[in-house]
Amino acid sequence: MSRSDRRDEFRSWLPFYTLLRKEILRFFRVASQTLLTPIITASLYLFIFGATLGERISVLEGFSYAQFVIPGLILMGVINNSFANCSSSLFMSRYLGGIVDLLVTPVTPPQFILAYTLAAMLRGMLVGIVTWLISTLFAGLPWHAPLLAILMALLASFLFAQFGLIAAIFAKNFDTLSMFTNFLILPLIYLGGVFYPISILPSPWKHLSHLNPLFYLIDGFRHAILGVGDVSFAVAFGVTVAMALGLFVFAGALIGKGYKLRS
Amino acid sequence: MAAGAIVAVMHPALNITRLNKHFGPAHVVKDLNFSIREGEIFGLLGPNGAGKSTTINMIAGVTRIGSGSISVFGHDNVSSYRTTRSLVGVVHQEVVIDNFFTIDQALKLHSGYYGVADDPAWRQQLIERLGLGPHLHKVMLKLSGGMKRRFMIAKALIHRPRLLILDEPTAGVDVELRHGLWDFAREINRNGTTILLTTHYLEEAEEMCERVAIMNHGELVALESTRELVRRLSRRTLRLWLDKSLDAVPAGLEEYHPRLNGNGRQLILCLPTEQGVGDLLRRLSHLQLGINDFETDQSGLEEVFLQLTREGGGA
Repeated sequence: MSRSDRRDEFRSWLPFYTLLRKEILRFFRVASQTLLTPIITASLYLFIFGATLGERISVLEGFSYAQFVIPGLILMGVINNSFANCSSSLFMSRYLGGIVDLLVTPVTPPQFILAYTLAAMLRGMLVGIVTWLISTLFAGLPWHAPLLAILMALLASFLFAQFGLIAAIFAKNFDTLSMFTNFLILPLIYLGGVFYPISILPSPWKHLSHLNPLFYLIDGFRHAILGVGDVSFAVAFGVTVAMALGLFVFAGALIGKGYKLRS
Repeated sequence: MAAGAIVAVMHPALNITRLNKHFGPAHVVKDLNFSIREGEIFGLLGPNGAGKSTTINMIAGVTRIGSGSISVFGHDNVSSYRTTRSLVGVVHQEVVIDNFFTIDQALKLHSGYYGVADDPAWRQQLIERLGLGPHLHKVMLKLSGGMKRRFMIAKALIHRPRLLILDEPTAGVDVELRHGLWDFAREINRNGTTILLTTHYLEEAEEMCERVAIMNHGELVALESTRELVRRLSRRTLRLWLDKSLDAVPAGLEEYHPRLNGNGRQLILCLPTEQGVGDLLRRLSHLQLGINDFETDQSGLEEVFLQLTREGGGA
């Protein structure tokens, strides 16, 4: 067996591109679970709130209920799928032992985080874009500040990619991983103003809702699309950036130290 | 030294200095020191729990170093971890597979993790030499145990590492495949790859390794050439079939650890490999034993290993 001399040309960013490519290929290989299922779920929500109940509900003056609920549903798809991509991919690697294949390579901690994050953001944004495209069948959106809306969606996907990494590192088994989704993310999304404006809630609940970090994401995104929100866009944007940075630093510290990854 | 003189510094393929690792209160690797020369096949042996896999995991970067240092071809594996990891390929003890991809897809991707572009010619050589061709488009879940092992070896070599670590590479594989993998490892070694091998099969170490280190309870208990270790520590056994049975071991043979077998008709004596037999023959002649037949056998690495790793054993 002939073996030519080792090509010593080390390409510093190739480990990152490879991991990113692998993560993207991974979710496309199981597209029925990772893309089709969330799109069908979003379509059902759109049908229920856009074509049936929506016509009988009005929560925001000047807008149909479908127009109100669509930004929330788009962002819900972005959030859920960014989180699910990072958390399931990293947790499966840890659980099945495949993570050692990565730990022995020259992938640096920033490359590790960036590759997982970008793949998760891509999946989240794809689901968000398809949800928006389907929503055009039910209602058009005014797109008050489209670039800010895209920025909010990117921030939301980034934030939940970090949260997905953190959940995957701390999860002991599939049950604890699903607890993050079922007992934390879903209640915060549903209580964060996807289906109703916080302003219509009675006093204690209205104020309590302001403690829900997801309220700022959803409200900021809707504000950028409809031009109205429960809080100013600057506040929603600021809170979202602060949360994204906080989780990024935390995820970075965990992965940099190899917490629960390297013994 | 003249100014401007070019000095070629030969670094060992692997150099481990005062390496320690604790897991909680357990001190699993204790002050380990050894080097592997470039181009050799080196065996790291020891019973379960001896600290071999922890050592390998520290070399590969899966486990953090407790204290001490590891360098690979002169590069520190903490401060220059990107360089050292690109120089090392690891075949893990546990079968590590990713069921999302076929063998073909996984091998095309894998060199990129090491910063090395996919080389189709080298990939094809590995596929052919390891007999992976007919299985290229199968997902790994559908592969037999032996095929998974072959794939893991191809994956570890895909970026052309200069140091290949084989952690129990033939555990659970049949004899034919085991011998095939030994041949392949020798071939890879002839082509310039240094090999660090851990194994439970002492025959494997004896057959493959120029030098061996034996670990027990986290400590190094032997480190020398395999042949020298066997020669120094192994014993020959001499079996004598006697024409009449003895009731007791004859006096004067104590240093040969004599014992009787077969209703006193078989006398078994042990003698160190390096010791000549002249003195023993003289003593047997003096005892005037009637000897019908005799047989000798030479113990190998297995006996040496057991001797060194037995409770309280050490070199």
